[in-house]
Amino acid sequence: MTFASLGLQIERLEGVAPAWRARVGAAAWRECAEQLAAKGARLAALWACDERDRAGGARVLALYASAEGLLCLDLAVSDPPWVFPDLSDLFPCAGRMQRAAHDLNGVRAVAHSGAAPDARPWLRHAGWPANRHPLARDFDAGAQFAPTGERYAFVPVEGEGVHEIPVGPVHAGIIEPGHFRFSVVGEHVLRLEERLGYTHKGIEKRFEALGLLGGAKLAGRVSGDSTVAYAWAYAMALEGMAGIAPPPRAAWLRALLLERERIANHLGDLGYLGNDGGLAFGLAQFSRLKEDVLRLNERLFGSRYLMDRVIPGGVACDVDAAGADLLHAQGTVLAEELRTMRRIYEDHSGLQDRFIACGRLAPELAARLGVVGLPARASGIAIDARIEPGLAPYDRLEPRIAMLKNGDVAARVDVRFEEAFESLRLVGHILAALREEPAGGTAVELRLPPAGAFGLGWVEGWRGEVFVALEAGPDGSVRRCHPHDPSWQNWPAIEHAIIGNIVPDFPLINKSFNLSYSGQDL
Amino acid sequence: MYKLLKQVAKTGIRTEAPPAADDALRAVAERLGAETLRLLGRALTIRQVDAGSCNGCELEIHALANPYYNLEGLGIKFVASPRHADMLLVTGPVAKNMEVALRRTWEAVPEPKLVVALGDCGCTGGIFGESYASCGKVANVIPVDVTVPGCPPSPYAIMQGILTAISTRQK
Repeated sequence: MTFASLGLQIERLEGVAPAWRARVGAAAWRECAEQLAAKGARLAALWACDERDRAGGARVLALYASAEGLLCLDLAVSDPPWVFPDLSDLFPCAGRMQRAAHDLNGVRAVAHSGAAPDARPWLRHAGWPANRHPLARDFDAGAQFAPTGERYAFVPVEGEGVHEIPVGPVHAGIIEPGHFRFSVVGEHVLRLEERLGYTHKGIEKRFEALGLLGGAKLAGRVSGDSTVAYAWAYAMALEGMAGIAPPPRAAWLRALLLERERIANHLGDLGYLGNDGGLAFGLAQFSRLKEDVLRLNERLFGSRYLMDRVIPGGVACDVDAAGADLLHAQGTVLAEELRTMRRIYEDHSGLQDRFIACGRLAPELAARLGVVGLPARASGIAIDARIEPGLAPYDRLEPRIAMLKNGDVAARVDVRFEEAFESLRLVGHILAALREEPAGGTAVELRLPPAGAFGLGWVEGWRGEVFVALEAGPDGSVRRCHPHDPSWQNWPAIEHAIIGNIVPDFPLINKSFNLSYSGQDL
Repeated sequence: MYKLLKQVAKTGIRTEAPPAADDALRAVAERLGAETLRLLGRALTIRQVDAGSCNGCELEIHALANPYYNLEGLGIKFVASPRHADMLLVTGPVAKNMEVALRRTWEAVPEPKLVVALGDCGCTGGIFGESYASCGKVANVIPVDVTVPGCPPSPYAIMQGILTAISTRQK
């Protein structure tokens, strides 16, 4: 399909991401969504923006992704009661995004026809009153409200022998906080309902205080484990708005950092998946390998997790010939160790017994839910922003997609192995390219974009596609920044993947997705 | 099994020496007596609470378990319940949505107890600061004994913070 066939007046956005924007009315908002859903586009993000200081009312923005690129539909919501047509019947992942838009901006999705969408709060717990909206321009970021008790209406499951197990927000392991409500009979899970938002710390409001330049550092802390992906997406959006391009060497270095981030996270997850499957040896080995990666990061780039290495305009680091040799040598060792560990994992019947057929997300369901990133590829859905759209330098790297169809824990483990090998291969090519690219010139000076400039960043992080939508205010201020984590799309999939499994398999299933709380709580 | 054992033998022991305590990390004078600290130090149990971090600090806490740092080798381990814990290791600016949970977790830890606040956010509120959604630093919500700055602090620094909390001040 082409976006042009929607019959809208579409405007190409500045920047490297193939992205268009169109202003729509409520009827077109819904019609386009229906056509896009029918043609296999996915809803990538949805957020709102207060406009009472300009045209009045608010805007709701829906970002769609397809083979062609990105289309941002921009709907003006002018009249009280500030409603817009629901998209959750077409794109189930819209549900929580719409609830968050209501919590933060006061715009509410209303049913187009049929069932009313879920109207429970999502990011708002009891921290601010229901009639106040933090992203309203007249909302003081420092406002303090007396906390009130919250009684969240979980969906009850009734019947003989059914009971509930509430878990969290403080979990038994070293993980982020969130609440899981299991309805079980014996050990079997009938239903899981997630309640997230515990780590909501006002990130989107904070962007407005930090400005376009200061925001880069904050973007790198939306989800710490994906700091490179976020920092790159933010830089991509801002560079597009400012009409500048980073030097070619910086593009190669960004890809080097992003692949190193992917390798480190996959190694960590492979260790924990072994551990949760009862093989502590796996954790000891993989955590050692991950530490080797982090230590070399610290030595060559000055940061174990590569924080603040990608900056608007380029990168804040470089690799000399000696550094490239170290990276190359580490890649050779890692590939050999990974091959050994993969054989051990595959030969370990106890581990495979835990992995295979556990937490299965069937391809049809994954597609219906709009799952993205690593779990999508483990359920037969070929989405990888490094391949499509394949922005520089990935257009010259030709990454190979890692894809399986089983959708179980075993498939998500295998995708990680495959992607770790592939990232090591890509790092080899990147290092070769860096040798040929002239040294120096790793960043260009940033010009501040004019007020009203709008940009999008799109980067395939290790977890899935990360977006940053950025709009400039006057004098280098941020009018609105929405960083979007793939976890928004993937959290609801865990509620389905667990059904019919037993409670003790939940940690393993959850780890096999390893989603971000901070990234979706904002 | 052979491959597994071969890998274990090939890897060998990678554990490195732990850091010494650093009095500069103390937020307050030691609240616990030397004898209590000596007892805790032999088998310290920690309950970690993410009160709203970006998850960067959690990555480094996980790293403490890797063979290089081998925190458990020092008799220090993470436990699943605050009721089993001697120490809370708290990260993040405290999100408003986590304020009650953090306070309740702290109350559930039996006396004598210690609190280590981790990372720039845990120490000062960091880049997120104080806002409608964030209480800022950990000490704004529960009493803190030791603070470990960094974004995120290295595993070595975290170990140093934990060991400082269970040591007596160097005279």
